[in-house]
Amino acid sequence: MSALEITALTLRIHGAEILRGVDLGLAAGRIQGLAGESGSGKTMTGLAVLGLLPAGSQVTGSISYGEQELLALPPRRRNDLRGAEIAMVFQDPSTSLHPMLSVGAQLTDHLRHHLKLDRAASRARAAELLGRVRIPDPAAALHRYPHQFSGGQRQRIAIAIALACSPKVLIADEPTTALDVTVQAGVLHLLRDLATEMGLAVLLITHDLGVMSAVADRVAVMRHGEVVENGDRLQVFTSPAHPYTASLLASLPGAAGGVRTLDDVRALRELS
Amino acid sequence: MTALLEVAGLRVVYRGRPPVRAVDGVDLRVGAGQVVGLVGESGCGKSTVARTICGLVKPAAGAVVFDGIPVTPLGLRRRPAALTRIQMVFQDPYASLHPRRRIGAQIGDGVRAATARGGETGPGAEPARGDGTGSGAEPAWWLRRVGLEPDAARRYPHEFSGGQRQRIAIARALAARPDLLIGDEPISALDASTQAVVAALMRDLAVDSGAGLLFISHDLSVVRLIADRLIVMYRGRIVESGPAQVIWEDPQHPYTQSLLAAVPVPDGLGTMPAPPADDAHYPLDQVLR
Repeated sequence: MSALEITALTLRIHGAEILRGVDLGLAAGRIQGLAGESGSGKTMTGLAVLGLLPAGSQVTGSISYGEQELLALPPRRRNDLRGAEIAMVFQDPSTSLHPMLSVGAQLTDHLRHHLKLDRAASRARAAELLGRVRIPDPAAALHRYPHQFSGGQRQRIAIAIALACSPKVLIADEPTTALDVTVQAGVLHLLRDLATEMGLAVLLITHDLGVMSAVADRVAVMRHGEVVENGDRLQVFTSPAHPYTASLLASLPGAAGGVRTLDDVRALRELS
Repeated sequence: MTALLEVAGLRVVYRGRPPVRAVDGVDLRVGAGQVVGLVGESGCGKSTVARTICGLVKPAAGAVVFDGIPVTPLGLRRRPAALTRIQMVFQDPYASLHPRRRIGAQIGDGVRAATARGGETGPGAEPARGDGTGSGAEPAWWLRRVGLEPDAARRYPHEFSGGQRQRIAIARALAARPDLLIGDEPISALDASTQAVVAALMRDLAVDSGAGLLFISHDLSVVRLIADRLIVMYRGRIVESGPAQVIWEDPQHPYTQSLLAAVPVPDGLGTMPAPPADDAHYPLDQVLR
């Protein structure tokens, strides 16, 4: 039973075709990966779900969330859903957090707006959330500013903000790309745990197939605005159905059939 | 035997309160035709080492000696011609190429740097052909070497993809006929499918021309494919160095071990990379092989 279903989604921006008939389903407690190269339309797919497409966008198709057809909702109604039931985490926590507002202000703003909590209740909930994403000393952390945290901690804070209103769906767009691998490993564990424990339906957008292999349950691969393949993680990685997926994997050190030596890479270069 | 590049006892301190000891006693060597990979996490000082080697940062102590010449920090004036034998490829080709100059003109800058040194038929040059594209004096020739069409010379950076732009930046650096090429995270802004290819291209072009390559990256899985030796930095110091394959297969230092364990493997098996313990501090003893 899917929490969110995208069907035949097509997007044109100023006449240019950005997405062509994208079909994707998100299920509660599961991580749906969306892979592809830059410009393939992965981020636009996420933004379409959030209703944050740039001006001049024409969308057709369907994005159904429970009983509701998101594309038919008035903007006001979408604003209510966004951040409350459908949340997002972006790539770079140093730009997605406000540098001049304390972490507490950024977390409680959200809670007071959507859940109409009062000051005391929202601060208590904010501290609980920071603890949930394993920020040390959550009560004190509320008074601190983003620059006082490391990159990994900032991304955890961004995740805490996304989770504030107990959303059903989380769109995570390259959430670990700006992080060091050791920090990334911790954030991936957190995402995995949250999906399972909170029953979150996650759309994980990343170009990093290593990340995909670690946490995604299903993997979709996009190219030129189309989903060329969508399947079970193991199947996509070990017996890709689409030649494009196979060629992506062939270029990666460590993938099944991927490059293993310098000569493998040179052979790849001859082909391209 | 002295190496092409010798860095000894390098310390770099950035002013501030408290001052940051970005590089805290680094020794390294790069030989002609040798590829050295420098890896570590953000903030470990690897970019500062690279920037000091080309004179962009002033060291607090220690020496950088390139082919017997001490490298002096870059001042307001043009840098000494001899030091144009060190060339750098930066992380972000969107920022390192001039947006409003044609590709040909930018590669021409490199060619002029080589000519100004009195260089011409350096290693790797081919005899000129009738169409004028056969020699290293022509931007088009360098474009071909990095796998681009010669007519790219007439175009502007925005007309190219990220991978193509990085090839252009490599062509520009190589056109100056460097004896030492430094890549500071040259592949991290590229799509995964082009990373290994561009890294291998850099390696082959540098080694074919007899130059040394210092390749800085946080992506161990690619670096180990192209590097002869690996150097691992942690908190301003070198904690492990040795032959790339040996370190990849059998890391000795606890920091290198945790770094390798955190690299996710795209095998589809759902193996979670191991995060290091919170606030892990590793010993700064060196394992040198």
